Amino acid sequence: MSSKTRTIKVDYIARVEGEGQMFVKIKGGKVRDVKLKIIEPPRFFEAFLRGRPYSDAPDITARICGICPIAYISSSIHAMEDIFGLKVTGPIRDLRRLIYCGEWIESHALHMFMLHAPDFLGYESAIHMAKDHGDLVQRGLRIKKAGNEVVRLIGGREIHPINVRVGGFYRVPSKAEIRTLADELNWCCDALEETGAWAATLPFPDFERDYEFVALRHPDEYPIIEGRLVSNKGLDIAISDFYEHIEEQHVQHSTSLQSNIKARGEYFVGPQARYSLNYEQLTPRCKALAKAAGLGPVSRNPFQSILVRCVETLYACEEALRIINGYELPDQPAMPYTVRAGTGYGCTEAPRGICHHRYKVDDKGDILDARIAPPTAQNQKVIESDLWHFVDQHIDLQDDQLQWQCEQAVRNYDPCISCSCHFLKVNIERTL
Amino acid sequence: MRGRCSREACAKHQGPQNHDKIIVIGVGNAFRTDDGVGIAVARALMRCAPPRVPVIEATGEGTTLMDAWKGYESVILIDAARSGSVPGTVFRLDPHEQTIPSRFFHYSTHVFSVAEAVEMARTLASLPPRFVLYAIEGGNFDHGTELTPKVREAAGRVTALVLDELGSGHSSAVRPGNASAQAAT
Repeated sequence: MSSKTRTIKVDYIARVEGEGQMFVKIKGGKVRDVKLKIIEPPRFFEAFLRGRPYSDAPDITARICGICPIAYISSSIHAMEDIFGLKVTGPIRDLRRLIYCGEWIESHALHMFMLHAPDFLGYESAIHMAKDHGDLVQRGLRIKKAGNEVVRLIGGREIHPINVRVGGFYRVPSKAEIRTLADELNWCCDALEETGAWAATLPFPDFERDYEFVALRHPDEYPIIEGRLVSNKGLDIAISDFYEHIEEQHVQHSTSLQSNIKARGEYFVGPQARYSLNYEQLTPRCKALAKAAGLGPVSRNPFQSILVRCVETLYACEEALRIINGYELPDQPAMPYTVRAGTGYGCTEAPRGICHHRYKVDDKGDILDARIAPPTAQNQKVIESDLWHFVDQHIDLQDDQLQWQCEQAVRNYDPCISCSCHFLKVNIERTL
Repeated sequence: MRGRCSREACAKHQGPQNHDKIIVIGVGNAFRTDDGVGIAVARALMRCAPPRVPVIEATGEGTTLMDAWKGYESVILIDAARSGSVPGTVFRLDPHEQTIPSRFFHYSTHVFSVAEAVEMARTLASLPPRFVLYAIEGGNFDHGTELTPKVREAAGRVTALVLDELGSGHSSAVRPGNASAQAAT
């Protein structure tokens, strides 16, 4: 490719949640600038929360996202329980993990089959893909529905569940009710093994970077609802120390705050971070699926996130079945607690990565301050860096191909721009 | 619009007795001003529609919609639109006659929304045989729980139109080819 000016402009990246733009400037055969522009208006959820009772936090923050409400509900509830000195254990904790498995299943299935698969198979959308791959789409829809059913049964409804509260639930399912989920989840396990074998044959660009992965880690389980925050570059902190180590910066081109580790800079959250930091906690069946799909214990090629999502979806189905099979009705749907003033923290693994909440409440339990770090805001800088390096390595690609793969590189992260604040447009500009 | 009619007061809207295979779906977000118009119509219809016609609310997430209408012969779906028309304009669309213009529903942050769900169902040959989509042009999609006046008025008109569809017998009113994209009055 000559050194002339190249401007590749994509005004709308499809298949991501929310609204944003991507801008890539190439001059003299070199990448000169990359910006992931988040242009959705700020949503002011943290301001809405101030002055409201603590018990409103789960229901209000659930509204931040229609895809991952459980993440927001769970992180806010854990933060309130942290303030009130309550540690939830036993069947109620199991049900929290179960409903979260449901959210992972539905969110990952939506991304793998409907949003990301068309990138690899060369289709504009899942609708176009469905004309030639109807069985694949049907399988994805069925897996997603199994996840929806878990969320519906435990949460009361599929979107913005209303049955979850500080201390536990308003109503818990009977053993008979919860067992109705099992057959479909068993079918999903087999379907996901088939999906992994199919996904392993997809063409993955040769692209790896030395990321700092950040995820929760728990001594006894693959992390979903609690743990310490760890990284592969030395971070090992309690979730209450999050803002001691993480800083959020406002940048002019984004209505979302960008996160950095103070000591080192950008970091990567989400399925590949969880997987690479917690591989040993996966089940034998998940490890076998990962191996068959060509994954090692660490996955650094973001284009292979579809494989890791497949492994994690299998994990979520197996974990859901484990909880269902061992479920005993709790004595009461919620554990008692006493409201008191204080500051508390909650951090859980949303499908796209850690979702960190901090609240300060007064002695009546009214919220004085709220601060939320959603996963896509945390990944924003690493997505920009991926684009920079990817374009640099593939500078000779034709503009239309480069544009396609840049969009794909963004979708590797399943960015939920609505969550981060908030449409994705891509602009690639080449100049001499 | 709420309380405008009770089920008892709406005997004239009872219509045919066999409604087992028809569903009415109101789509939207009641906390985003005019985005809540589909929900408002659904809530009014819950009080007025023939008892055997299920009326449900949905957020507009596409795969959930596809599940919701699975197995039904007839679907009436009401949603807000943002097509650039005058707020309060009502469109009656028949997906069997035309592709649903996704621009109608681009106010949504859902990546797979009403238009995509309809087109996916069509591709997978699972689109219910009779399908009517009422799209009501919104004027304000900011945070808020009240419809704007023109959209509130349109919600009343669409509620009456859906009742007519049900009352006059959906077999005639909700039939393929009954209408293409048109502004209903």
